[in-house]
Amino acid sequence: MTATFLLLALFLASSTGGEIAMSYGVKATGEPKRLRPKEILQFLGRAVCNGWFWVGIPLMAFSFYALLILLSWQPISFVIPASALTNVVGTLGAKYILKEEVNTARWAGVILVCIGVALVSMDSIPVR
Amino acid sequence: MGRESRLRIKTLVMVLAMVVCANTGDLLLKRGMTNIGAVEFSGGGLAHAFRLTVTNPVIWLGILFLLGFMICYMTVLSWADYSYVMPAGAFGYALLTFLAVVFLHESVSPRRWVGVVLICIGVLLVGQTKPRTTEVVVPQQKVVA
Repeated sequence: MTATFLLLALFLASSTGGEIAMSYGVKATGEPKRLRPKEILQFLGRAVCNGWFWVGIPLMAFSFYALLILLSWQPISFVIPASALTNVVGTLGAKYILKEEVNTARWAGVILVCIGVALVSMDSIPVR
Repeated sequence: MGRESRLRIKTLVMVLAMVVCANTGDLLLKRGMTNIGAVEFSGGGLAHAFRLTVTNPVIWLGILFLLGFMICYMTVLSWADYSYVMPAGAFGYALLTFLAVVFLHESVSPRRWVGVVLICIGVLLVGQTKPRTTEVVVPQQKVVA
């Protein structure tokens, strides 16, 4: 179980760090004017030219491979809900790094999501 | 329709597309990785697992869905808050639990169902907040002389 939790911690750190970097990058890029394939492709083209995107990708690639290994070790109904702990770390990152306004309702929502995730995760840990 | 409502609707549509792609992708990855078996956490074991994963078609299909997720995610993050999209994406737990029961025949206890219900209430609360709280970035236009 120690290896599972260690890998889960590495997954959470890399996943959240990668997403915050990417979020910063795509916001700096500017949104597509309309949701049409051509304009989405143009937007993606602009986004991949942003340096923050390339900070996020290696971190997310690492988190992806960590997720694959976790999925081979534990049931999907443990791995995926446990990975939602990124909500807490991510919300703190959004507030302090991305300077987003996180009001009481949003925090309450995030906390409920985390309690829910904890319940789901506790229930799924196998006894060895 | 007001600007705020349009923003909320397009954000919710994108989040839904994101959730469907992510969960289908995860489910396919789980299928593929189950076929491969438990990965040994050593240099040789990881290299062997890597070779098996890149030659497994189910894993590639899962990756295709996760690519769809990535495109939806990047697009929605270009206008909506990360702290809005991320918990809203947790709506997928309800869908995932259902899919895990139906397709993977995993057993789901009442405690886990309570967890799923709390997650859904949390997602609804986050959904009530403004999708965007930071300033809008206008992409630079080419100036024709």
